Amino acid sequence: MASTIRVRATVSGDTTEVQALIQHPMDSGFVKDAQGQIIPAHFIQQLTFEHGGRTVFLANWGAAVSKDPYVKFSFKGGAKGDDLKINWMDNKGATDSTTAKIS
Amino acid sequence: MHARHIFLSAIAALVGGVLACVAASAIAAPDKIDPAADAKAFQKYFTDKFPQVKFEDFVNGPYSMNEDMRKQWEEKEQFPPYEFSLEAGKEVFATPFGNGKTYADCFPNGGLGIRQNYPYFDEKEGKVVTLELALNRCREANGEAPYSYVDDEMASLTAYMAFTSRGKPFDIKIPNDPRALQAYENGKRYFYTRRGQLNFSCATCHVQSPGERIRAEVLAPALGILNAMPIYRSEWSGMGTISRRLVTCNSQTRAVPLEPQSDEYRDLEYFLSYVSNGLPISGPGARP
Amino acid sequence: MKKLVKNLVRNLGFAAVLLAVLLLAGAMPALAASEQDYEAAFAAAAAAEKQAAWLRNEWTPTEAQLAAAKKAAAAGDFAAAITAAKEAEALAKASVFQATSESERWKDMEIR
Repeated sequence: MASTIRVRATVSGDTTEVQALIQHPMDSGFVKDAQGQIIPAHFIQQLTFEHGGRTVFLANWGAAVSKDPYVKFSFKGGAKGDDLKINWMDNKGATDSTTAKIS
Repeated sequence: MHARHIFLSAIAALVGGVLACVAASAIAAPDKIDPAADAKAFQKYFTDKFPQVKFEDFVNGPYSMNEDMRKQWEEKEQFPPYEFSLEAGKEVFATPFGNGKTYADCFPNGGLGIRQNYPYFDEKEGKVVTLELALNRCREANGEAPYSYVDDEMASLTAYMAFTSRGKPFDIKIPNDPRALQAYENGKRYFYTRRGQLNFSCATCHVQSPGERIRAEVLAPALGILNAMPIYRSEWSGMGTISRRLVTCNSQTRAVPLEPQSDEYRDLEYFLSYVSNGLPISGPGARP
Repeated sequence: MKKLVKNLVRNLGFAAVLLAVLLLAGAMPALAASEQDYEAAFAAAAAAEKQAAWLRNEWTPTEAQLAAAKKAAAAGDFAAAITAAKEAEALAKASVFQATSESERWKDMEIR
C-alpha cells in the first residue's frame, strides 16, 4: 500500500513551510458502529518532523484530532534538496514514516 | 359480407383515431416541455441573483458565495482531503476484474474524460443512465458484485472519473424521444416538489436560499451543484456519491429516502445536470 | 366483643373480595378493548402510510411513530401504543395531503 503520509515542504527566504496530510481513522473510542458496538479508540499519539537530526515539529495527539489529519507549520532553516523525515506512531503501536525532499 | 367488413374497419379506424387524439392531447395539454428554454431561465436566475459570481464559479458551491470560506478552501485545495480517495479510485479503475477485463472496456474513450456526458438517456432501455449506475452495470456484466451506491468504493471510482474530466463542460443531451422529455420533466417535478415533514423541496434550499446559512453551513446553488460530485464532506469525514447526497437531502427534510438509483433520482440527476450544461466538471470536490 | 371483631374481619374480607371482583370485572373489558382499539388504530395508520408510500412520499416521523406503537404494544402498554398509532395516522395523512397538493403546486416554485 502507498504511504499514509503526503508531504509538501517548500523554502521561501529563510523559512520552510511544511504541509502534510496523513491517512488515519483517528477513532475517538466514543463512537458506535451500525451494530451498536463501540469502535475502539485508534489514534495517532505522536507525530514528528525531523530535519538534519533536529526535531522541528513534535505533536502529542489525542482522540480529538479529526480523521485523515492535516498539518501545516513552518520552521527556520532548511534548504532546497534537504531531507525532511516524518514519523507517526498510534496508540496500537503502529507506525509509518516517510522522507520528503524540501523543494 | 365484404361491404360490412369495410364498414366495421372504418368504424374501428374512426374510434382508433379519436383515441389517438385523446391520448395526444392528454400528453400535449400540460405546458410544452422545453428543456432548452428551462436551462436558459435557470441559469439566468442564478446569474441575476449573484451578478458578482463568475459563471464557471458556480460549480464551487458555497465557496463562490462566501469570501471567508473561499480562503479556507483555497488553502485546503493545496492538499485536498479527497486525495486518498482519488488515488484509491485510480488504482481500482486500473485493476482488472476476475475475467481479465477492466472498467475501461465498459466505457467510451477507456472511461477517461467522459464524466460530462453522464447521465445520458438510453433509448434502448427508455431510461436515464447515470455514471454510478453504469459503473455497477459494468461490474455485474463482468461477474462482479455491485458496489453500494453510498459507500467509499463507488465514490473513489467516480472521483477518479470526474478528475480525468475536470474542466470539460457538462454536455447532457436530451434526444428527440418523448420518453427522454418525460424523464427530464419528471426530474424537474421531483426537484420542485415539496416533501418530508419539513415541507422542503430541493429548490427551497438550493434555488431560494443559496448563499444563506443553514445552521453553520452555507447553502450551495443548484446551478453547478453536481459538477463537483463526488465530494469529500468534512461533516461526514469521508466521501459521498451523488446517491448519498440525494438520500441525505431527503432524510434531512424528514422524508423517507428512495432507493439509490431509483427512477426518480435518475431523472432528477438528468434534469439537474442538463440545466448546468456548459459549466465545467470540477469534481471531486471538498465541502465543509 | 370478640364476636364483633370476628364479624368485622369477616365483613372486611368480604368487602375486599367484592372489591377485587369489581376491579377485575372493570379492568378486563377495558384491557381487551384496548388491544382491539390498538389494532384498529394501527391498521388505520398503516393504511394511510401505505397510501403515502404509493405516492412515494413517506415521512420519517411517521415510520418512527409506527415503530413506537409496535414497541409499546409488544410491551403491553396499549394506551401508549394507541397514542403513537394515532399520531402516525395523522402524520401519514398529512404526507398524503402534501403529495396530492404538490402534484400541481410544484409549478409555483419553478423558474421559468
